[in-house]
Amino acid sequence: MSDRILVDAKNTFCPGPLMELISNMKMADVGAELELLSTDEGSAADIPEWVNKVGHEIIDSFKEDDVLHIVVKKIK
Amino acid sequence: MHILVVGGGMGGTILANNLARRLSGEIEQGSAKITMLSASDKHMYQPGLLYVAVGKMSTSELYRDQKSLLEPSIDFKVDPVEKFDLDNNSVTTKSGKKVSYDILCIATGSRGNAAGIPGLAENACQFYTESDALAMYKKLQKFEGGKVVVATGVPHKCPMSPLEITFFLIDYFKKRGIWDKVDLHYTYPIGRVHSLEPVANWAAPEFDKLGVTYETLFNMKEVVPGKVISEEDSSAEFDLLVTVPPHKGMQVIEDNELGKGGFIPTDKKKLNMEGRENVFVLGDTTNLPISKAGSTAHFEAEALGENIAALVQQGEPVREYDGKVFCFIEAGDGKATYAMFNYDNPPNPQAPTSGLHWFKTAYNRMYWASARGII
Repeated sequence: MSDRILVDAKNTFCPGPLMELISNMKMADVGAELELLSTDEGSAADIPEWVNKVGHEIIDSFKEDDVLHIVVKKIK
Repeated sequence: MHILVVGGGMGGTILANNLARRLSGEIEQGSAKITMLSASDKHMYQPGLLYVAVGKMSTSELYRDQKSLLEPSIDFKVDPVEKFDLDNNSVTTKSGKKVSYDILCIATGSRGNAAGIPGLAENACQFYTESDALAMYKKLQKFEGGKVVVATGVPHKCPMSPLEITFFLIDYFKKRGIWDKVDLHYTYPIGRVHSLEPVANWAAPEFDKLGVTYETLFNMKEVVPGKVISEEDSSAEFDLLVTVPPHKGMQVIEDNELGKGGFIPTDKKKLNMEGRENVFVLGDTTNLPISKAGSTAHFEAEALGENIAALVQQGEPVREYDGKVFCFIEAGDGKATYAMFNYDNPPNPQAPTSGLHWFKTAYNRMYWASARGII
């Protein structure tokens, strides 16, 4: 948990939460966990869609104070 | 008070000029000094590379002498930084000089990293350097038709460039009279054709009208002769592949371990390097989740210029950067639009017009006044 990489993409439009996640995933090691923060309504659907398509794993997903938290593990 | 600006691109140049004007009294009295260290004596207008790649601009229009763009009071040296010693407020340059500072501003920019995608450099066109843009134009001139694929790496600077190069390619093929022989296929890393939803909502129907096919959730993994393969286990065959490569920060940032991927952790409003009150970062060099674009650097430079001058004159900053970005979008067929947004207000682009295209064309020349801080 303490090594989890925080990707704070709250209130961002461009490149936006999913692209920020993709950029940070590329720099992370396999096995790393990234926690994405997003206030974009579409993130709840488009991030799991990409994660599942590329073959990573969603560890956790919850909303806190109108901020969506999605924790993704880099599998490959 | 010695203010050191590292990097002579758009952000560094506008910032240095802004500070030189605001602190002209202090500079004249000798209580303030501004130094700029850069790797080049030339300043490149990077947005022009898109035009060079399709034969709409000559390379001579891309450059001005850096010194000619700077206020005379700025001490400009072509002697890039090799080592940062932030704990001791100094840098060491390529020539071995140690330069101490009171305030450091890092604006070293970003670079295409084709090496990050195996096979990309050998098999694809790019347009993020002069040589790559010229090579792309030469390839286009020899192209007689076939499957053209556009693919985009993440992250990258100039967020509009995937769409702009696509619309410019259509214009080019139409002008050559070979558009009916071209099958154009656009790919994009996320689940729509652009990161900005309103822009994607405008562009996708335009692609439909023009017969451009598209595939989303496509992140380049590898390029082999004739095929680009994605992380998502998809692929697209091509006769010509045009790419926006993934980007990294500059090598010196990575070598000095200032930030992963060469992007420095930066406060989104104050623009100081995280953990460093006297080190500021702007432009592509930051790790901020905002557009890596010239306008971002421009507006950050304006906010920082005001703040650093206030620090010198009053002892504290006076404003915050609000995340403002303004990007033109060349839409082909002699038309353009733009997207303007900040941290709190999303973009709301309007339909492209010829007036905006001509404004962008004029801006390609007015940029030099912008770099000098005049407009």
